[in-house]
Amino acid sequence: MGLAKRIIPCLDVNAGRVVKGINFIDLQDAGDPVEIAKKYNEEGADEITFLDITASSDNRDLILDIIESVAKQIFIPLTVGGGVRSPDDVRRLLNAGADKISINTSAIINPELVAEVSSRFGSQCIVVAIDAKKVGNQWEVFTHGGRKSTGLDAVEWAKRMVDLGAGELLITSMDRDGTKQGFDVALTKLISDAVEVPIIASGGVGNLQHLVDGVLLGGADAVLAASIFHYGEYTIHEAKEFMHNNNVEIRL
Amino acid sequence: MIAIIDYGMGNLRSVHNAFKFIAPQIESVVTSDPAIISKADRIVFPGQGAMPDCIRELEKRGLREIVKDSATSKPFLGICIGLQMLFDESEEGDVQGLGIFRGNVKRFKSFNNIKIPHMGWNEVYQETVHPIWENIGSAERFYFVHSYYVEEEDSSIKTGTANYGDKFTAAVAYKNIFAVQFHPEKSAEPGLQLLKNFISWTV
Repeated sequence: MGLAKRIIPCLDVNAGRVVKGINFIDLQDAGDPVEIAKKYNEEGADEITFLDITASSDNRDLILDIIESVAKQIFIPLTVGGGVRSPDDVRRLLNAGADKISINTSAIINPELVAEVSSRFGSQCIVVAIDAKKVGNQWEVFTHGGRKSTGLDAVEWAKRMVDLGAGELLITSMDRDGTKQGFDVALTKLISDAVEVPIIASGGVGNLQHLVDGVLLGGADAVLAASIFHYGEYTIHEAKEFMHNNNVEIRL
Repeated sequence: MIAIIDYGMGNLRSVHNAFKFIAPQIESVVTSDPAIISKADRIVFPGQGAMPDCIRELEKRGLREIVKDSATSKPFLGICIGLQMLFDESEEGDVQGLGIFRGNVKRFKSFNNIKIPHMGWNEVYQETVHPIWENIGSAERFYFVHSYYVEEEDSSIKTGTANYGDKFTAAVAYKNIFAVQFHPEKSAEPGLQLLKNFISWTV
C-alpha cells in the first residue's frame, strides 16, 4: 500500500462565518468555521480548505483569526485561498497557522508572484488554483467565477505555474461547478498527465461515484467538494468507505 | 522545556501548537537563541522548503554547532527537512549537511506516473521497536510533503519506511535522536501520539 488519495472539504467563509451548508444538526453554531472544521476532522477529512469570499476589506483579517483558532485544535493540513494578493498576505496566513496558500487571480495578474512566494516560503505551501472552461476543443482559464476569459490555455497555464514553483494545482471546472454532474474528468486528466505535481479536482461533485471518477478517470490525487458535505448528503466517512470499496486507496 | 529551533525557514506555528495541545503544562518555545537551546530538555528540529536554504539560514544564525551538540546530548526530534539536514549532502544543492548520519538526500524519480512532491497520507512501516512508536500501529498513516528522501549508509538507523514508487526511509533513530520525514504535527491522532511519546521519552 502507498499514498492515499485525499478528500478535502472546502468551506466558504464570508466575514468570519461559514456561508454554505448549515446542516450539521448536532452543531451548536453551524456557521462557526472552527466547529465545522472540528466536525470534518472527526469524520476523517484529509485536509481542510478555507475559501475566503469576503468582499469587504474591513473584514478580511477575520480569516486570520479563524485559521489561528482552527490551527490550535486541529492537526491536519489547512489550506487557505481567496484574496491572496501579495507575499505579505501569504506570510500572514502561514504565520496564522495555514499550511498551504492557494493563489488564483493574482497569479494571472502577476505570474511572478508564484515564483516569489514559492521561493520564499517553499513550493510545498503554494497551490495554484485554476478555473477552467471548455471553449471549442480545449480549456481556457477564466476569472470572475467563470465569467471572464483570460485567453490562456489551461494546460499551458498549468505547466507554467508548475515551472514557476507551484507545488500543487487545484483544478476547477467552471462548466461543472454547482451542477452536481461530476468533475470534468477529461480536463483533470489532461492536466494531471501534463505536470509532475499533485492535482486536486474540483467543481461538480453530486454523488460519491463522482469522487471515484475524479481519481480513477481524472487521475486526481485529491478531490475537493463543498456542498455534498455541507448539506449533510454524505459524511466524509461515507465518502471514504465508498472510495475504498471502489478500489481507491484511502486513509480510513 | 522543549526548544523548537527557529532559523527563519517555514512555519513553526503548527509544531508549537501541537505541543501546547498535547502538553499544555510543559513549556515549549520557538527559539533561535543558543542559550535557550542549550538549556532545553528536549529539542525539536523542524524544517520546510529546500534543504540547502535551511542549512544556509541555520549557519547565518550561528546555530550549526548548537544543533549538532544537542543532537548528541538530549532527546532530539527532527521533522522533514530537520531529518534531511542530519545527513551529509543533498541532490537539492551544494551545501554540507550536519553530517551526523552518513548518507545523502535524493530526489524522487518521476516514474510510474508518481507525482512530486510526495504529498498526503502514507503508511509508515515500523522497522524497529522504539519508544517513539509506542501505541502507534505499524502501517499507520502519516502526512508527508516532500520531494527528497534520505538514503542512509548504515541501515541499522532505519526505524520507519514507506512506499512511494519505491520503498524509502521515513524515519531514523539513533541513541537520543529520532527523526521523521513526515509531519507528526499535521498527522492527526497518530501524529499527536508520536509527539506525546517524544515528550515522555527517556534516553
